[in-house]
Amino acid sequence: MIFDVNVIFDQLPAILRGAGVTILLWIAATIGGAFFGFLVAVGRRYGGRLVNLPLGFCVEILRGTPFLIQIFLLYYGGPFIGLALDPVPAGLMGLTVYGAAYYSEIFRSGFAAIPVGHIEAAQCVGLTQGQIIRRILLPEMTMLVLPPSVNMAVIILKETAILSIITVPELTLTVSAIGSQQYAFVESLFLLALIYWALVEAAGRLGHLAETRLSRYRFSQS
Amino acid sequence: MSLPAIAVKNLVKQFGETTVLHGIDLDIPQGKVSCLIGPSGSGKSTLLRCMAFLEEATRGTITIDGEVLGFSESAQGVRERLPAATNRAIRSRIGMVFQQFNLWPHMTALGNVSEALKTVHKMSRKDAEDLAMAQLVKVGLESRAGHYPAQLSGGQQQRVAIARALALKPKIMLFDEPTSSLDPELTGEVLNVMRDLAAEGMTMVVVSHEIGFAATVGQQISFLDQGKLLFTGAPSDVFRKPRNPRLEQFLDTYLDRGASMLV
Repeated sequence: MIFDVNVIFDQLPAILRGAGVTILLWIAATIGGAFFGFLVAVGRRYGGRLVNLPLGFCVEILRGTPFLIQIFLLYYGGPFIGLALDPVPAGLMGLTVYGAAYYSEIFRSGFAAIPVGHIEAAQCVGLTQGQIIRRILLPEMTMLVLPPSVNMAVIILKETAILSIITVPELTLTVSAIGSQQYAFVESLFLLALIYWALVEAAGRLGHLAETRLSRYRFSQS
Repeated sequence: MSLPAIAVKNLVKQFGETTVLHGIDLDIPQGKVSCLIGPSGSGKSTLLRCMAFLEEATRGTITIDGEVLGFSESAQGVRERLPAATNRAIRSRIGMVFQQFNLWPHMTALGNVSEALKTVHKMSRKDAEDLAMAQLVKVGLESRAGHYPAQLSGGQQQRVAIARALALKPKIMLFDEPTSSLDPELTGEVLNVMRDLAAEGMTMVVVSHEIGFAATVGQQISFLDQGKLLFTGAPSDVFRKPRNPRLEQFLDTYLDRGASMLV
């Protein structure tokens, strides 16, 4: 077999469309996952046992099963409970829920890492619970949760490839289809790896930039 | 006699099975410096934290300027939690200074001092920062306004923390071992700020191991041991002729370390 990259580049517009779908799904699922993950973490922290226990159970299930199985169950099992979704919404929903489970744990540990004295100081000057979350906890833990959050975003990006099995027209589905048509399997897989790696690298750089900008208030001993 | 700034009545605090405070009765007089002294684990910090409603007492009441804080208690001993807004309003008369400073690391010194003015008192950014700056001037840190806590020494951080409490114009200032986590050479700058505050007639309650400060600035000294208030009186009664054997023993450990010249 001849390693002919040109076969792939002839299909560039289709590949770019696939990459576009991947990037959009990635950004939406990451933002949605972080948002809902934060709500879950807040609910578990302030909602009492009645909220904490069921949410904790869901998080454990989502973290304890492969994403491949989750997305199969959602897409093929969903219609049995009246949740018949097209591939793209199903993929987005599955990925967001999956991301939210992990993000909730990241935020939970972020909350826990903040010295209780910082919260007491805020209570003493009269801040309400909501103001403490917004003004103290959230900004203070940004620095702490940034590295694991970027890491999670990278994982979500790579998990978008799984969505190809429920026929979401993203990068992996597009490129491997081209590869099959042109009998260029190795070239297409190589190209896929290259594109994902480039995206991950870009995300890493972005995260690093944010870290540097935030590091002006690195934590002291207090 | 005027109303006490803080009236503690039969205060009991239990952590699980352990009783930390055994029915404390104590009046904190207006405009004076009251010091709580005693060995580690005597309950003095817990008592102070109850006054700031950072700990919820198991029984008994704390009254600030005649208004009950935290829980009301009927004659039958039925306790009822007061609304959060009520407690916030009463607590706003109290400024609290912690052993660990507890500055918010993501805000500058000026940000720390102006935060509550902006978010709680809804002052404009400029008004809040002007007022905050005035407080930083007062503790001698106007040149550090733009610094983050990590860029300040321990003594400077504690002075910012004092400025943060003072910015809200409290009627009472509580100090929980304000110099205990500082290098010895940095305690002086914090104690000086506290002396200035005392000279202005601020009502202060100070938990401290700085017996020298208690002896020279304190006007009412309370000695706690094992969760009981053993003695309350004027500094002269405590330091020059202690009649309580446990107090005498406690003070001896300080005199041994050369604090006698301060007393």
